Amino acid sequence: MSLASNTSRNNTAPSIETFHGSSLELTNLTMAYGDIEVLRNVNLTVKPGTTTCIIGPSGSGKSTLLRGVNRLHEPKSGDVLLAGESALKVNPDILRARIGMVFQHFNLFPDHTALENVALALWSVKKMPKAEAREHARRCLAEVGLAERADHRPRDLSGGQQQRVAIARALAMEPEVMLFDEATSALDPELVKGVLNLMAGLGRRGMTMLVVTHEMGFARKVADQVVFMDEGEVVEAGTPADLFDNPKSERLQRFLSEVL
Amino acid sequence: MDWFNTIIRTFFDFKAMAEVLPQLLGVGLLNTLIISLAATILGVFLGMVIAVMGISPSKWLRVPARIYTDLFRGLPAILTILLIGQGFARLSQSVFGPSPYPLGIIALSLIASAYIGEIFRAGIQSVDKGQGEACRALGMSYAKSMALVVIPQGIRRVLPALVNQFIAIVKDSSLVYFLGLLVSERELFRVGQDAAVLSGNLSPLVMAGIFYLVITVPLTHLVNYFDNRFRTGRRKPAPPTSGLKEVNELDAASPLITGSNT
Repeated sequence: MSLASNTSRNNTAPSIETFHGSSLELTNLTMAYGDIEVLRNVNLTVKPGTTTCIIGPSGSGKSTLLRGVNRLHEPKSGDVLLAGESALKVNPDILRARIGMVFQHFNLFPDHTALENVALALWSVKKMPKAEAREHARRCLAEVGLAERADHRPRDLSGGQQQRVAIARALAMEPEVMLFDEATSALDPELVKGVLNLMAGLGRRGMTMLVVTHEMGFARKVADQVVFMDEGEVVEAGTPADLFDNPKSERLQRFLSEVL
Repeated sequence: MDWFNTIIRTFFDFKAMAEVLPQLLGVGLLNTLIISLAATILGVFLGMVIAVMGISPSKWLRVPARIYTDLFRGLPAILTILLIGQGFARLSQSVFGPSPYPLGIIALSLIASAYIGEIFRAGIQSVDKGQGEACRALGMSYAKSMALVVIPQGIRRVLPALVNQFIAIVKDSSLVYFLGLLVSERELFRVGQDAAVLSGNLSPLVMAGIFYLVITVPLTHLVNYFDNRFRTGRRKPAPPTSGLKEVNELDAASPLITGSNT
């Protein structure tokens, strides 16, 4: 069993629905916490249905970048274009309903079952009737292989299962873009692959994904584009082959020598 | 053994105790419970409002909540009860009639809401920040994420503290007697006090004290019990399961579902 590769793109069975990911573009994105700029003039283009992996040392601004895309943290200047339109000009709640996000620590609702975790935003944000929301949630859980665990609370699930519930919760909203913030960093090592495979599958099915990760194997095999960030800037961007086999900047060479 | 007899006669005059018992049960206990429960219910509602204002991003809500809390927590209960009970007596007369009973309840609930507001605020703020973020990331508004996810978790955490607050209210309800209650409106303390004057010893008050303890002591222990259960979790310890089991399970699922291509 290996991680998905790009050659398997046309492998998708018709029974599994495909996604229609939107394009995402960051132009001169600058973000700050108070007076401290943690992201400076970042430019990035993510084509519809492609996967972009962001790598880099801690404190490089990777997570901040993701939080700027869905405005969990408001950018200071620059722009975020979702499907060609400025994300900064729309109501942030409406914007976030179009962008799925998966967190390092899952952030599942502990007093809700897996099913209720997925269904909550469906009825409260999408205004689906509750019965329909539960039905839809059940299908989403089945898609991530957790149909059997629908009625378990998060504390009764393993980390890998919790993260798959979190992915189902985000997918249920039918997002145009998925953001992954170190989604496998908190998992036991044997459970990492299951989650990465699931993510790779989403990419193959046409989801636009922005993935902050320390899994270099995943970035190399699944990403259409890899971005290396350090100290709040994009240092190098290109295909996985460009970055991993032929790193140009000294900082990336240094980083790769430490993590590989 | 003279001092022994004196003590018995002063505190444990069983005849006087037996005489006051029906009144304590029928009037005192009933009124104490009515006053305490009503003040608690009002106080919980008001306290929730104060808590939500207190954590609001807007300082126009935060500052008034802060002042309110400081005021009612900082003043002695007896002073607040007198100020409100007598200060608003005329206003109250046109709404509730001549009895100071409703004003007493309101004064108690105002005091309680300041404490309960702080309890709720602490509880809500102790909920992991990621919970609210997960809600917002799904497109939920601030109000919705608070109401549906964050506040319910915060409340569950502070239930023991709320029971403690109820105990405090039960004890403070004795202060309402200062407003001058009708005979039928007297709570435990006042009933005991009146009977003590008649009997010429303190036994009726001791009896009233026993009634307070009957309410408060079991509650205190109930709190401790629940507190322990919250902390240790009520689940039976399950045998550890190997993470490899889950891997097998995933492999058994359709490879397309899990996204692998072998």
